[in-house]
Amino acid sequence: MPPPLLRFDGVICRFGPVTAVGGVTCDLAAGSFVALVGASGSGKSTLLKTVNTLVRPSEGRVLFGAEDVSTLKPARLRRRVGYVFQGVGLFPHFSVAENIAIGPRLAGEKLPPARIAELLQLVELDPAFARRMPDELSGGQRQRVGVARALAGGPELLIMDEPFGALDPVTRDALGRKVRELHERLGLTTVMVTHDMAEALLLADRVLVMDKGALVADETPHALLAGAGGAVAQRLASVPREQAERLAAMEDHA
Amino acid sequence: MGEIWDILPSLGEKLAAHVVLSASAIGLAMLIALPMAVWASRSAIVARLALSLASLVQTIPALALLALFFPLLLSLRAVFGEGLPAFGFLPALMALTLYALLPILRNAVTAQANLDEGVLEAADGVGMTKWQKLVLVEAPLSAPFIMAGIRTASVWTIGAATLSTTIGQPSLGDPIFAGLQTQNWALVLAGCLASAGLALAADNLLWVIEVGLARRSRAMTFGGIAVVAAGILAALWAQGSGSDERRIVIAAKQFSEQYILAQLIGSRLEAAGYAVEYRDGLGSAVVHSAVAASSVDISVDYTGTIWTNYLNRKDNPGREAMYETIVDWEARENKVKVLGRLGFENAYAFAMRQDRARELGVTSLADLAVVASQLTVGGDPEFFERPEWAAVQAAYGLRFAKSRNFAPTFMYNALASGEADVISAYTSDGRIAADKLVVLDDPEGALPSYDALLMLSPRIAGDKGVVAALQPLIGAITVEAMREANFAVDREDAGKLTPKAAAEGLAKQAGL
Repeated sequence: MPPPLLRFDGVICRFGPVTAVGGVTCDLAAGSFVALVGASGSGKSTLLKTVNTLVRPSEGRVLFGAEDVSTLKPARLRRRVGYVFQGVGLFPHFSVAENIAIGPRLAGEKLPPARIAELLQLVELDPAFARRMPDELSGGQRQRVGVARALAGGPELLIMDEPFGALDPVTRDALGRKVRELHERLGLTTVMVTHDMAEALLLADRVLVMDKGALVADETPHALLAGAGGAVAQRLASVPREQAERLAAMEDHA
Repeated sequence: MGEIWDILPSLGEKLAAHVVLSASAIGLAMLIALPMAVWASRSAIVARLALSLASLVQTIPALALLALFFPLLLSLRAVFGEGLPAFGFLPALMALTLYALLPILRNAVTAQANLDEGVLEAADGVGMTKWQKLVLVEAPLSAPFIMAGIRTASVWTIGAATLSTTIGQPSLGDPIFAGLQTQNWALVLAGCLASAGLALAADNLLWVIEVGLARRSRAMTFGGIAVVAAGILAALWAQGSGSDERRIVIAAKQFSEQYILAQLIGSRLEAAGYAVEYRDGLGSAVVHSAVAASSVDISVDYTGTIWTNYLNRKDNPGREAMYETIVDWEARENKVKVLGRLGFENAYAFAMRQDRARELGVTSLADLAVVASQLTVGGDPEFFERPEWAAVQAAYGLRFAKSRNFAPTFMYNALASGEADVISAYTSDGRIAADKLVVLDDPEGALPSYDALLMLSPRIAGDKGVVAALQPLIGAITVEAMREANFAVDREDAGKLTPKAAAEGLAKQAGL
C-alpha cells in the first residue's frame, strides 16, 4: 500500500473552553476523493483547515506527504494545497486573471496568459473572462474562478469547504461534476467538506462522518447506502435515500 | 467690500505658510494614524484605546489645544534643551496633528473592520504573509474609506490652522485676527475666503483621489496626488524663496494698540535698514515667553502684566519701584532688555457711560461698591481671572449682580447698548474719549500701573543699531496720542485708519 498523502494524527482543536475537534486520527490515500460530512458545528471545517494551517491544532499533528504541515512555510504549503471555500473570496480589486494568478505571483512566478486561458477553460469559462472584474460575474462563475485559482499553482491536494453551498441547485450540480472530472483528469487528491450527504455520496469515493468533533464513520458511498456507518451516518444518509425512493416511487406511479 | 480683492493677492505668503503647516500636520497624522489603525485591526484593546484618545482630543477646543502646546514645549526644554522651539511652527504642527488623527484613524479602523471576511480568508488561503495581505488586500480595499477620513481631516485642519496665529505661526488666521481686532471686516473676510477656498480645493482634490481609488482609476488617483503634491511643493518653494537671513520679528498681541505700535517700531527699524517681520495676533501669555526665548525680538508689554503674571507679585509698591524691579528682573532672569517706557499707560480702569454714572451718582470705585449689586460688569475674557479684579473686589467690597465676558472690541458696544453698566476699560483706549465715558477714580490705589514697555529679546538686546533706532520712542508717546491712534483704528466711519496709517500719525504726533 502506498504511504498516505495526508495523515491526521490525534488532531485536537480547542478554542477557549470549546473543543471543536476532539482527537481525529485518519489516513487519506493519494488520488482519493474524500467527503467530510457532518452537521454544522461537528468540527469538519476546523479539521479541514488544519491541513493548510489556517487552523493550528492544539494537540496532534497533520502530515502532508511525510512532513508535518506546521513545519512548512505557510506560503509554500498553501501553494501545494488548493483551497476553495463557500465565501469564494475573489479579490474585488483584482481582475479574474489577477485573481487566478495570485498564488504563483506570491511565489514570484508570473502566469502566462495562455496558462490563465487554460485554467479558465478547465472550469468551463471563456478565456475572455480573464479581463473581467469579480463584480461582473454571477455566483457560479465566481466559484469557477475560485476553483481555477485553487488549481493555478498545480496543487497536489485540493481542499474544499462547502464549495457549492451558496449556489443554486443546477449550478451546484454542474460544478460538482466538473470538480470530480478535474479530480480525475489532474490526478488530484481532494477533500471536500459538506453538510449535504447527497453531494458527498455522489461525488466522493470515501465518506467520513463527523459528529461533535469526532470521526464516527468512514465508509464508501455504497456501504453507507447499504446501511453501514452507525446511527449518525445513517441519519444523514437516510435523507437522500428516502428522497430518491420517493422520487422513484413517483416515477413508477406515472 | 471691493477691498477684499485688493487684499487677497497680498496673502500669498500666509497662504503658503498655511498650506505647508496643514499639509505637514495631515502628513504626520497619517504617519501616526495608519500604522495605528493596522495595529488596532489586530487588537480590539488597541482599537478602543486609540479611538477613545483621539476622540478625547476632539473635545478640546482647537484654540485651547494650540495654546496648551506652548507651555508644554516650554517645560520640555528642560529635557531637550533651549533649542526646542515652543513658538510658531512646532506647537502648531503638534496640535493640528493631534486634531487630524481622529477622522483618519476612525475611518481606517472602520474600513478594516468592514473588510469582507471571505476575501481575508482567501488571502490566507492563497498563502499570503501578513505583510502581503496588508499591502495587496487590506490597504487597497480600505484606501477609499481612509481617503474619505483624510479629506475630513484636511478640511478640519485647514480651518483650525487659522488659529495657529495665536501661537506665532503665520497663517491665513493672521488677517482674520488682525481684522477682528481692528474691525477691518474686509481683512477678516479675505482671510476667511482664502482659508475656505483652500479647504474646498483640498477637499475636491482629495475627493478625486478617493474616487480614483474606489474606481481603481490610476489616472484620477495619480492625477489628484500630482496636483496635491504640486500645490505643497509650490507652497514650500514660496516659503523657501524668502531670504534665509533672520529678520527682526515684532510681536503684537490681539488688540489695536499692539498692532499700531508694532507698525511704528517696524517702520523705524526699516528706516534704519533692518528687515522686519510681524507676528500679529499672538496670545497674551505667549508673547512674554516668546521674547525671552528670542522667538520674537520686540514686543510692547505692560508693567502691571509682568508684575502679576511673571513676578507673581500681588503688592503695589508704586509706579517707579515697580518699573525698576521689572527692568532688573527681566535682565537677570530672562536676559531681556527693557529699553524703557513709551510714556503712556494702558491700565485697567472701570468706565461707565456719563448719563448712567450721573444717574447713579458714581464717580469712584468706592461709590460703585454701594450700587454694584444692581449692576452688570463687563470685562475682557481675561479680566475676571486677573489679580487686579480680585484686588479691586477686596479693596472696595464690590459685588456685582452679573459679570459678562466680551471681546475687548465689543465691550464698548455692550456699554453703549446697556448690556453692561460698567466695563473694565483700558486707559489708552480711544473710545473712552470718543464715547465720552467716565473713568472711575481708584482712591485705594487697588489697580496697579500699566506702563507700556519696549522689550528686546536676548538675541538683539546688544544690537546698537536697533537700540539707536528705537531709543527715540522712549517717553515719546503720550496717552492722548495713543488714544487718538487707537480710536482711528477702532472707529467704523470714514475716518478709520489701518494700523500702519495710524502709526504714521502717531509718529508725527510724537515728533519723530
